[in-house]
Amino acid sequence: MAVELKSRIPAGPLPEKWDRHRFEMKLVNPANKRKYTVIVVGSGLAGGAAAATLSELGYNVRCYCYQDSPRRAHSIAAQGGINAAKNYQNDGDSIQRLFYDTIKGGDFRSREGNVYRLAQISVNIIDQCVAQGVPFAREYGGLLANRSFGGAQVSRTFYARGQTGQQLLLGAYQALEKEIHRGGVKMFPRTEMLDLIVVNGRARGIVVRDEVTGKIEPHLADAVVLATGGYGNVFYLSTNAKGCNATAIWRAHKRGAAFANPCFTQIHPTCIPVAGEHQSKLTLMSESLRNDGRVWVPKRKEDAGKSPLDVPEQDRDYYLERKYPSFGNLSPRDIASRAAKEVCDEGRGVGPGGRGVYLDFADAIKRLGENAIRERYGNLFEMYQRITDENPYKVPMRIYPAVHYTMGGLWVDYNLMSNIPGLHVAGEANFSDHGANRLGASALMQGLADGYFVLPNTLGDYLGSTKLEPVNVDDAAVKSAVAEVAERTRRLLAVKGKRTVASFHRELGRIMWEYCGMARSAEGLRKALELIPALRAEFWRDVMVPGEGADLNQTLEHAGRVADFLELGELMCRDALHREESCGGHFRVEHQTPDGEAKRDDEHFAYVAAWEYAGEGQAPILNKEPLVYENIKLSQRSYK
Amino acid sequence: MQLTLKVWRQPGPNAEGGLQEYQATDISPDMSFLEMLDVVNEKLIERGEVPIAFDHDCREGICGSCGMMINGVAHGPMKGTATCQLHMRSFKDGDTVVIEPWRARAFPVIKDLVVNRGALDRIVAAGGYISVSTGGAKDANSIPVPKVDADRSMDAAACIGCGACVAACPNGSASLFTSAKLSHLGLLPQGQPERYRRALKMVAQMDIESFGGCTLFGECQEACPKEISIDFISRMNRDFLVASVRAQADSARSGGDG
Ligand SMILES: Cc1cc2nc3c(=O)[nH]c(=O)nc-3n(C[C@H](O)[C@H](O)[C@H](O)COP(=O)(O)OP(=O)(O)OC[C@H]3O[C@@H](n4cnc5c(N)ncnc54)[C@H](O)[C@@H]3O)c2cc1C
Ligand code: SF4
Ligand code: FES
Repeated sequence: MAVELKSRIPAGPLPEKWDRHRFEMKLVNPANKRKYTVIVVGSGLAGGAAAATLSELGYNVRCYCYQDSPRRAHSIAAQGGINAAKNYQNDGDSIQRLFYDTIKGGDFRSREGNVYRLAQISVNIIDQCVAQGVPFAREYGGLLANRSFGGAQVSRTFYARGQTGQQLLLGAYQALEKEIHRGGVKMFPRTEMLDLIVVNGRARGIVVRDEVTGKIEPHLADAVVLATGGYGNVFYLSTNAKGCNATAIWRAHKRGAAFANPCFTQIHPTCIPVAGEHQSKLTLMSESLRNDGRVWVPKRKEDAGKSPLDVPEQDRDYYLERKYPSFGNLSPRDIASRAAKEVCDEGRGVGPGGRGVYLDFADAIKRLGENAIRERYGNLFEMYQRITDENPYKVPMRIYPAVHYTMGGLWVDYNLMSNIPGLHVAGEANFSDHGANRLGASALMQGLADGYFVLPNTLGDYLGSTKLEPVNVDDAAVKSAVAEVAERTRRLLAVKGKRTVASFHRELGRIMWEYCGMARSAEGLRKALELIPALRAEFWRDVMVPGEGADLNQTLEHAGRVADFLELGELMCRDALHREESCGGHFRVEHQTPDGEAKRDDEHFAYVAAWEYAGEGQAPILNKEPLVYENIKLSQRSYK
Repeated sequence: MQLTLKVWRQPGPNAEGGLQEYQATDISPDMSFLEMLDVVNEKLIERGEVPIAFDHDCREGICGSCGMMINGVAHGPMKGTATCQLHMRSFKDGDTVVIEPWRARAFPVIKDLVVNRGALDRIVAAGGYISVSTGGAKDANSIPVPKVDADRSMDAAACIGCGACVAACPNGSASLFTSAKLSHLGLLPQGQPERYRRALKMVAQMDIESFGGCTLFGECQEACPKEISIDFISRMNRDFLVASVRAQADSARSGGDG
């Protein structure tokens, strides 16, 4: 059965679509709102904002997170900033330009209608956050300050030191706590969603496990929102928090939700390089550093082992400035990452194993003084020094690309609803706005747009226009979902094999990084498609999960997540293999221009690949949503 | 390097706990403290034993999940550093390291090094926000904020809610945490309308949660991974005083509303 992929982009000229759509929506009468219960899984920017706003509107909201407090969602770690087309700098920015930059940055693989709406809403987000008390950086005159991010030639990024995500999330968290206090939201921390409950074709609830007591139970509602973040941890090493997982969206996928563009993953160019086998995660050095840092490696291989201070100016290759003179160090992430890989492959990489390039602040320090640099990036410099034991004010930072973000995710229509009616998906968990590559500072924008402004409208439309039958915990669909979760948990505990969960996770990560990372080939992907199922079989034969299910068992939680990654990884490779083109973060070595840039194939691949689960051991079914460009002319992306 | 660990093991909230000894071998000075615990845990798991439970997530010092008493010091020996950012180069080969959970009346132990810090969320829920609903906010630049105020507010807003201040305080007080939130909002023009009401509510909630009172020991500031200044506590006390006086006046005027 092919799923129906109706994008439901409203008709009319781009600037009017969202307005017109909102006018045409069904509204829920204020007195009736409290009769509806909405489940929001996730308390990050997308989930936190949605839960708070839905509650303000009068809905009964239940919100879930796996951490001990909603304030710890991974959005907290975002450093650099959030984009908005405010044009406060009077440097030529506009909604149209942010829209265009985002579509182009995504290498023409996202929907015009969604992206335009995002650019429109960006402006309201900043207003909302300031009203909440987010302490954005200011100029001496008291007005808001901006910086630049990759893929843009205007300064439209708002920031709060190097802790923008933290401050935005605290804004959403405070709004959420306000609603918890008022009684509109019931919060379930340390609670993990392990399955979606679908009754008569509609999403009507979730199965959760209380991480402290181990209790597995169903929670029912009139609609479900998944705002559970990205799946970058399928690579084991990434900039994501250790707990980030795909379980919620993967379980929903197995219940029928289409998974769109799973292979579109973002490798961020500026992370601290791997130090050794023990490495448990990678640390991002914000892209904002590229405003003032210059990226280089030695021109000659022989100089790669020297101290950077001993490589004279004329022997350095500022390769981004050389190859992309108009964007230079601020080239988009996919391009900057690949360029770094290339120079390292040539043997010119620096640091342990030759997997690193320099990010040098010497010029900026000379020009602006050390204090100005400290003011802008102090906490990042400190973080770098703490991890590497090197002082970046004196020696250039060493950086290398690392997995950072997933553009793919559950397929959603313009209303952010998946192909399962009632199941909405927001933030990094959906595939919506970034095409094949996300521009810096646009994830925070999207998460908050989804949560504060889109979902509260579109969810109302769904509830207002749908007749829902009552459901209860004794329904067969509910009981069987609960029983399946209980059985899976039992199985994980029962294997009692010899290998640790972490060792499986590391091995999967190595396979994904090698074959589905920065450069992909048909041959490599085919190999991965053999290795992953074999590893998965071994996992279920030989994994060791000590302890029981009836208390806090962090190994059990990790095991469930890795089991899902072992399935998702396979789908990612399949998607990467089928997409016979290069675009954005998806680089197939077979498809490149003579100068090594990504070569898109718009004739055959200008579509969203939405994969449908077909059952255990069955090949998933590919569905295609064609991408229609009415306002933008497709062109080869150039940052030269 | 090789270290001897003495780790607090407690199977559940109501179970007895005690220190257990483990050898941490093959430790590299470049590992973070949590990576060192990962190594110990993987060895335990390989032997089929239950690993040491500890909270962690971002491992970048920003989510506030991690935190333990390391040789009696909250977050360990490195100033301004959360446990996840502490590196083994801060220790010497052969060291003995005692690791315990946060100890505070308001933070009951869940398991091993994991405690329940829900009380901190409830302090925020009591009033740690600006009551604006989504939508209807005016243009962001129509509220100019002097840079010094914005910076000072950001200094306070940097709190990660880890609870080290409580664990370090001989009274188990949450004053540094609460004052940081009050100052973050109270230093901004947007935060003024609710400034005093907020102080009253949040301070009252601290008492309800059985946190101790503040007697200005200053241990909190020493332990804080974000180096939140104890000056914010003085600010909180001033606001609270003003708020109490006003509340009394208000209730006298309205005849009291019980
Ligand atoms: C280090 C770093 C820096 C970044 N910097 C920037 C930046 O400067 N600008 C920018 O725009 N973007 C940045 N990003 C990207 C951006 O932070 C994320 O894409 C965004 O915050 C994701 O928000 P979210 O709400 O979708 O998900 P998250 O914030 O990840 O929240 C997910 C929520 O879901 C919950 N959850 C997950 N699974 C389950 C489950 N099974 N059961 C119950 N709950 C669950 C979690 O507890 C959490 O509450 C950065 C990302 C990283 C990793
Ligand atoms: S004030 Fe410091 S120690 Fe206390 S919770 Fe905040 S960051 Fe942690
Ligand atoms: S794990 Fe997030 S602060 Fe330490």
